[in-house]
Amino acid sequence: MDAVQLEIAQHVAEEQRHHGKAQFFWVWGVLLIITAIEVFLGYQNMEPKKMLTLLMGLSIIKAAMIIAYFMHMKFEAKTMKWITMTALVFCLAMMMVFFPDAFRILYLGVR
Amino acid sequence: MSDVAIQHGAAAAYEPSLFGTYSKKVGMWLFLLSDSLTFGALLYAYSYGRISTPNWPTPFHSGSIINATVMTAFLLTSSLTMVLAVRASSFGDSKGVRGWLLATMICGTAFVVLHGREWGNLIAEGLTLPVFPTVPGHEAAKEFVDVSKTVPQFPSTFFGLTGMHMLHVTLGVIYLGVVAFRKKFIPVMFVLWVVAWLATPSYSPFHYGAHVILVAAIVCSVILWLKPKVYDSSDVEVAGLYWHFVDLVWMFIFPLVYLMSTRIL
Repeated sequence: MDAVQLEIAQHVAEEQRHHGKAQFFWVWGVLLIITAIEVFLGYQNMEPKKMLTLLMGLSIIKAAMIIAYFMHMKFEAKTMKWITMTALVFCLAMMMVFFPDAFRILYLGVR
Repeated sequence: MSDVAIQHGAAAAYEPSLFGTYSKKVGMWLFLLSDSLTFGALLYAYSYGRISTPNWPTPFHSGSIINATVMTAFLLTSSLTMVLAVRASSFGDSKGVRGWLLATMICGTAFVVLHGREWGNLIAEGLTLPVFPTVPGHEAAKEFVDVSKTVPQFPSTFFGLTGMHMLHVTLGVIYLGVVAFRKKFIPVMFVLWVVAWLATPSYSPFHYGAHVILVAAIVCSVILWLKPKVYDSSDVEVAGLYWHFVDLVWMFIFPLVYLMSTRIL
């Protein structure tokens, strides 16, 4: 690693020294609790669309917590946060364009 | 002389990084963004099949759900130990780093073993793909054979999605092993490959899956031979990003694949 990169890496390591251990245990606990709620929901008799919405909602919360705390995105520079997260959400959202087709097959009929 | 002049106070000679961090980390984030699209496409394909197939099977009994829940707990715990390894590396605590990385590897290995065992059980019971060898002397369960015949997209998407994830976890464990133990980890990989290959029957997923370890061992040997180095805190942090990503992806696979296909009695 060259001198510039080394200096930046040392600065990042210095910032990480200020992150307390407790917050990571809190996040871990909350993630386990949300997982337990998901398993409970999995055994409820509800229509697939409603269950999918609930489970995916909880998964997005879990993913956001992992990215923010475990992957340190919460502590990154604004440009890093916005550019990476906007690109990720935009590209994944674009894939949703296929879903109406899945529903079309389900309710396929003759006009 | 000029080299010395550039090295001294180099940071002041350049504009500050746009992303406020070192390039290795930006590179890993770019890789993770591209990999998230790979998994995104697989998850969307699975969801597409789930929505558009009215008779989508729900083959997972409580045994499978408990197994998958324990696997999830292992992955979440591995993320905690990983973040503690990154924290230890920021303090320059190399013993702590190695210990936490080892704990992460143990949790990751437990995940792979539980998952591989579940694959073996499902294949033996008849939920299989043509590419998998048949299990001799084992009666296939009728419901799984029916699923494989009537909704073939279920085993295809299930094994495709979970197999891709298991590959990522296996490579993640190897990545952490190399960061923690460097070239000392290479013989461990070769031993693991030989043990997994010789100690398991030819139809076991561990038998043919073990070759991933062999390929990884060869690639890692070449990398460490070409560029031997002591991994610092930035390398541990970058490895951690990859590991957390693998954990993150499972947070979507678990509810989508397992909980949405739970057999409710």
